[in-house]
Amino acid sequence: MSKLLLLGDEAIAQAALDAGISGVYAYPGTPSTEVMEYVQKSKQAAEGGVHRQWSANEKTAMEAALGMSYAGKRAIVCMKHVGLNVAADPFMNSAVTGANGGLVYLIADDPSMHSSQDEQDSRFYAKFANIPVFEPSNQQEAYDMTYEAFAFSEKHRIPVMLRVTTRLAHSRAGVERKKALPQNEIKLLENKKQFILLPAIARGLYRELLAKQPKLEKEAETSAYNKYIPGEDKSMGIIVTGIAYNYLMENYVGKKCPYTVLKISQYPVPTELVRRLVSECDTILVAEEGAPVIEESLKGMLDNGPKVKGRLDGTLPRDGELNPNLMAVALGLKDTYGSDVPKIVAPRPPALCTGCPHIDSYALINEAMSQYSPGRVFADIGCYTLGALPPYNAIYTTVDMGASITMAKGASDSGLRPVIAVIGDSTFTHSGMTSLLDCVIENTPITVFILDNMTTGMTGGQKSHALGKIAQICKGFGIPEEHIREITPLKKHHEENMAIVKEELEYEGVSVIIPIRECVQTLKKRLTKK
Amino acid sequence: MKIDIVLAGVGGQGILSIANIIGYAALKKGLMLKQAEVHGMSQRGGDVQSHLRLADYEIASDLIPKGQADLIISVEPMESLRYLPWLAPTGWLITNDNPFVNIPNYPDKEVIDQEFTKLPHKIIIPADNMAKELGSARSANMVILGAASPFLAIEFEALEEAVSDVFASKGVDVVNINLACLRAGREFALQNQ
Repeated sequence: MSKLLLLGDEAIAQAALDAGISGVYAYPGTPSTEVMEYVQKSKQAAEGGVHRQWSANEKTAMEAALGMSYAGKRAIVCMKHVGLNVAADPFMNSAVTGANGGLVYLIADDPSMHSSQDEQDSRFYAKFANIPVFEPSNQQEAYDMTYEAFAFSEKHRIPVMLRVTTRLAHSRAGVERKKALPQNEIKLLENKKQFILLPAIARGLYRELLAKQPKLEKEAETSAYNKYIPGEDKSMGIIVTGIAYNYLMENYVGKKCPYTVLKISQYPVPTELVRRLVSECDTILVAEEGAPVIEESLKGMLDNGPKVKGRLDGTLPRDGELNPNLMAVALGLKDTYGSDVPKIVAPRPPALCTGCPHIDSYALINEAMSQYSPGRVFADIGCYTLGALPPYNAIYTTVDMGASITMAKGASDSGLRPVIAVIGDSTFTHSGMTSLLDCVIENTPITVFILDNMTTGMTGGQKSHALGKIAQICKGFGIPEEHIREITPLKKHHEENMAIVKEELEYEGVSVIIPIRECVQTLKKRLTKK
Repeated sequence: MKIDIVLAGVGGQGILSIANIIGYAALKKGLMLKQAEVHGMSQRGGDVQSHLRLADYEIASDLIPKGQADLIISVEPMESLRYLPWLAPTGWLITNDNPFVNIPNYPDKEVIDQEFTKLPHKIIIPADNMAKELGSARSANMVILGAASPFLAIEFEALEEAVSDVFASKGVDVVNINLACLRAGREFALQNQ
């Protein structure tokens, strides 16, 4: 078969389809979004009737995939690293129940925080849950490892974490496909207690999970993706994981790396291979894309083992993604550099688009709050987080999905008046609804702006679960209709909208203002399609 | 052989359309390719870049090492300068001359031009104007690609073929205008190199 030019994310999507999945479940999040988008556009997926709709959030996505696996079919769940925090409950417990149909959790980490709030390394989570990790280093491995992960999951009856980082997710290269497999038939387990985590049952299942660990480690020891490449120079041995392998090899184009290299792409960490490397080499350099997971355990608390270099001793930076230049320095090679960026080059941070409805909403919020001390606007995660930057300087907090409403509640509980929460439509149905319910139960004095741009904007305009439902949801929660105010955020309506905002700010209870106007990006896309 | 290209611009300017054509032609020629893109929040009017690497051997890194890029191809003048740390001493900078001003502290044109005069190898091309004169303001990226074509180590005919194939679905007029833009850009570069 000829090669396809695919993003890492797309290679994963195509591999999952070829491995016979019956469903993809996901909530959009950079850098994981393109997996679902690829499947949604795929003819193969449409013909196979593969489930390919967005979920309300990462937790519901994972639970649905879990159900599909329990029914015997193959499923993949996709999310960014912080999405795994949302899905942590089913994630941890699904390790205990194990899988039936092949189950793969694609987690896309974002070192250097290109589009994220933190750079947590999901390999910690996998270790926490005692599940295996596949960490491809290039697009072909992303395809091959995804393809094989489903069978691996079925063989060991355990979910597999597929861990990629931004650079692989969003980089394109030629990928060769394998034979497309048929989907599984529905097949329920004979043991009807395998998936019931009652304490008495769970204790047994947890022991089963622990008993799987030596087998999983044995798989990693013999995995074709974990490569032991002997070198002549024994003064240093190198452990590289995932995409860091490419940055190492970039420094030896056309020649052989003189050091022995242990490339790790499958976990649990293959300790026999590590032991061999340590016994053969004087010092060990560990290069991991993400946190120093292996490096830390190799050093140990007492650091009285082999001499280990890496992110912890400053040989490589403690944070951020790696690159070929950082590797060159760590290897003691000559670094290369062009010329400095001229001082006149000004920073160009991302900004709200011209005509963006959020601009008009922030104009309202800023004017309304101008008479109060700052620090009263609790925001959330989406394009409107850019309200933090000039010229708006409008918000006080952004922490996690859905947090705006509950943070504003806490501030209101502490006696601060007035307080505002700013949350987008999709973020609201992702995890803001329960926060609002908390406010309704106590009738907390708070004004919640639910910015309804009718899409999931920041990730590129995916369908929002909130579409046309927000006022209805608020009504259902028991918020009085006269305090659910739908407005059109346009300059020409500024004065009338302002009057509404002021009214609601004075109200000692829960009020919701819903500025509704379509995202200019999706509008543009819609109009060009026509 | 290898060609490492940093593509630069502002989110929304469509730098990937240039990458698509080069990639298409390179694959047809049987070259290996890696292309690191930027998705997500930075696409909202911020600075964006893409690393495009072509070689006749297996490419290791998705990122071009600093100081080793053969070309910077930019659709915006100030943005072209942002990636000078990546440009090899022998490398060329090819950029559109028309600024995209969406920040309050955008430098004056003269100051940017002064920086360009310091560079040994550059093509500063009025791509927007040239494309407009040829009948399609939207095809400025093809003018810029044309200006980069002498440095790509891909035959010009292969690029022409790629443009024809990629735009084929949009009709013969669109193909012809884009080809004209590509050729005009190349002509400009050959005269001003």
